Amino acid sequence: MTMTKTLLSTASLRQRLAPVVLALSCALATAAQAVNDLPGGPAVNQLDLHPPVTQIAQQQHALHHIVLIICLVIFVAVFSVMFYSILKHRKSVGHKAANFHESVSVEIAWTVIPFIIVIGMGAMATRTVVAMKDTSNADITIKATGYQWRWGYDYLKGEGEGINFLQTLDYKHRVMSDTGKPAGDDYLLKVDNPLVVPVGKKVRIITTANDVIHAWAVPSLGVKQDAIPGFVRDTWFKADKMGDFYGQCAELCGKEHAYMPIHVKVVSQIDYAKWVDGKKRELAALADDPSKEWKLDELVARGEKVYNANCSACHKPDGKGAGPIKALDGSQIVLNDPAMQIQILLNGANNGAMPAWKTLSDTELAAVMTYSKNSWSNKTGKLIQPADVVAARK
Amino acid sequence: MSAVLPPHGHAADHPHDHDHSHGHPTGWRRWLFATNHKDIGTMYLLFSFAMLMVGGVLAMCIRAELFQPGLQFFNPELFNQFTTMHGLIMVFGAIMPAFVGFANWMIPLQIGAADMAFARMNNLSFWLLIPAACILVGSFFMPGGAPAAGWTLYAPLTLQMGPSMDAAIFAMHIMGASSIMGSINIIVTVLNMRAPGMTLMKMPLFCWTWLITAYLLIAVMPVLAGAITMTLTDRHFGTNFFNPAGGGDPVMYQHIFWFFGHPEVYIMILPAFGIISAIIPAFARKRLFGYTSMVYATSSIAILSFIVWAHHMYTTGMPVTGQLFFMYATMLIAVPTGVKIFNWMATMWRGSMTFETPMLFAVGFIFVFTMGGFTGLILAMAPIDIQLQDTYYVVAHFHYVLVAGSLYGLFAGFYYWSPKWCGVMYNETRGKIHFWGSMIFFNLAFFPMHFLGLAGMPRRYADYPMQFADFNAVASIGSLGFGLMQVYFFVFVVIPVMRGKGEPAGQKPWEAAEGLEWEVPSPAPFHTFETPPKLDVTATRVVGY
Repeated sequence: MTMTKTLLSTASLRQRLAPVVLALSCALATAAQAVNDLPGGPAVNQLDLHPPVTQIAQQQHALHHIVLIICLVIFVAVFSVMFYSILKHRKSVGHKAANFHESVSVEIAWTVIPFIIVIGMGAMATRTVVAMKDTSNADITIKATGYQWRWGYDYLKGEGEGINFLQTLDYKHRVMSDTGKPAGDDYLLKVDNPLVVPVGKKVRIITTANDVIHAWAVPSLGVKQDAIPGFVRDTWFKADKMGDFYGQCAELCGKEHAYMPIHVKVVSQIDYAKWVDGKKRELAALADDPSKEWKLDELVARGEKVYNANCSACHKPDGKGAGPIKALDGSQIVLNDPAMQIQILLNGANNGAMPAWKTLSDTELAAVMTYSKNSWSNKTGKLIQPADVVAARK
Repeated sequence: MSAVLPPHGHAADHPHDHDHSHGHPTGWRRWLFATNHKDIGTMYLLFSFAMLMVGGVLAMCIRAELFQPGLQFFNPELFNQFTTMHGLIMVFGAIMPAFVGFANWMIPLQIGAADMAFARMNNLSFWLLIPAACILVGSFFMPGGAPAAGWTLYAPLTLQMGPSMDAAIFAMHIMGASSIMGSINIIVTVLNMRAPGMTLMKMPLFCWTWLITAYLLIAVMPVLAGAITMTLTDRHFGTNFFNPAGGGDPVMYQHIFWFFGHPEVYIMILPAFGIISAIIPAFARKRLFGYTSMVYATSSIAILSFIVWAHHMYTTGMPVTGQLFFMYATMLIAVPTGVKIFNWMATMWRGSMTFETPMLFAVGFIFVFTMGGFTGLILAMAPIDIQLQDTYYVVAHFHYVLVAGSLYGLFAGFYYWSPKWCGVMYNETRGKIHFWGSMIFFNLAFFPMHFLGLAGMPRRYADYPMQFADFNAVASIGSLGFGLMQVYFFVFVVIPVMRGKGEPAGQKPWEAAEGLEWEVPSPAPFHTFETPPKLDVTATRVVGY
């Protein structure tokens, strides 16, 4: 079993094994829809770590292969002895038991030799540990904040400083998941806003969280760092290749844990400069004036987007909720109690089961509340203006 | 079990029962008021098997949901409840009590003692488990469902849980109290109640490993109790130990938890080492190689287990020196563990082996547990762990050491000692079917998880990208098979021997088994070694009373 595993880690064996895997998958017919490898994300029936695109990931790879080979050599050697013994030293072939049961020299040998081997293995890893932890002299510093259940990014230092946005799973994927009809090579990995960084630059990621512990992880970049509320931690990567690289939250963070992917887009320096420029313009345009008076249909249209990105995972696209998640459709608070609704959105409810949504803008909050008052069977015609939210925040 | 079911059968076949007027209660009183180590051991074993089934059903639910991508059966919240409760029930309900059951049955028999030192405390430590288990399993029916924060109960996610979290904390406190009482009992029994001539260094290794395990339990169960009590006060009484909103430190929870958690994994494996150390010599017909070094290796593992906890936390962001320290310390554990594996192999070497079911499970244990050991070594290396932390690789690793390790050790022990408990031999063919079925399905279930983890599939995910579909399907099929094999084991192996169906077992059914448990009749009478036996020089034979 383990023998197969070593061999699998080499490319040639992977090819040799491909028909077996293929036959298995056909037999199981689990992949009803055809699925292909996702470059920068998982490959179909991938057997090894992701192809590395940073020095650190490269070293992790190399270390893993070396250690795996050492383990396999020891495993095969030791268990050859055991199975030889099992075959030859059995009563049924007439073997008579010997009488030895102690040998100090042998005991010392098999204590000292493994000791030397593990210290050697540790020594190989030490250089990488030190390199992984060296987050100094970064070109760009980005803060990644874990929210239940999305990622927020703030470009703190370097080119692009001041840019900030949220990264949320495409809500269509969440619907596909719920209906049990997954599709696509990037299933559960597609986000609205990828994190864009330039190639060949040292990017320092500072992690923190807003509610519970999350973990920011992108296998191809060799990075996994817990995002801990109330604390900041950091990690870094320097991508050697352009492309899209995917990861997923790696620390259990509640019910939507599986639905907060990470997408890092590594682009050329020129494209990065263009992106920064465009993003800054976009942010300036998006900065809504909270004193603006909105019309009902404008606000509902804006609110639908906010709802799908933030609310529909729990409250469902039809507003009916599920289980402990309260229904919005027909809810007395939604229909008749605007003050209470604003309070719940700003501060959360039920001990955090409904999170606080302070991080959304006044306009977004007003829009989503207006949407909830005028959707499904809720036909109140009422609207909440951003100014009402501003007042409630105080 | 039938060993003790005919309550009057024992007087006749025990020549040393001089005064036998003291009977024992019958009917339900016999079990509720049990003070006999064998009865209590039996109850522990049945309880733990019941919990294994409950935890197993949860595992089947998990694997059913993961059989295909997309949500088919459960919503993610319920899925998280399943993974959490599967872990808690298997660790605290199945594996730990099962080893205590073995300790109750075998330690007095192996050291020539009449019973456990504190018979009534023994009763209490068992009966505490029942309400604890009811509260834990019952938390599924509380508002908001069972706890869903993972078996590690990381803060601050635990602070968001519903009332069932408090129930689970209460249940774990009770189980912890039960474990501590059990440990005190075992330590006092082993240290004070050995028959004359049974010196510590002549004691069977199962007693040794349990003695060390009991010390570990006493050292770390209060630490767990502290961690979950702080969680409780954070939840209800306004403290902020772990609540970052009030200046608390969620990472401190992890340090405290894993200071308990790492010794805990050795608590679950050391007694299995003891069982294997009894079985390998018996079926190799050769004395255990390196007894002394086995004792020292076990002690070293126990001591090292206190200084490696943060290898569960490489991704929390430790200083570089911290990562290096915990990496080296963790890798050192491979040395004493290796010594044990080598000693077992040297015991087998040039023996005269037969492969009845206990030996099959023992050899299977060594083979598959070692694979789990090697993946542990790989995970210990901080740079590699950054890739593998919280992925299915970790799930594969700890099931290789906990199922193929602890559970196989328990099965091996059951097949080895059940003739003594029940007085009949289990059905050898069925035992072999159980072994081979378990072995094949176990690997089918858990081997593909190594690939999933290397490819980056995070654990505790209710749904996953489509590329992971095939290995998940294979794992689900394997786990269903593994689950059914355990039902087969109970229905076709355990129940028949409990009902006394099968070949009558001799006093020593295994040709080369050694130890005082084989010096009493099968089934072991209700009372054994009421007067301390006189032992031969090796302390393995009774030469008189």
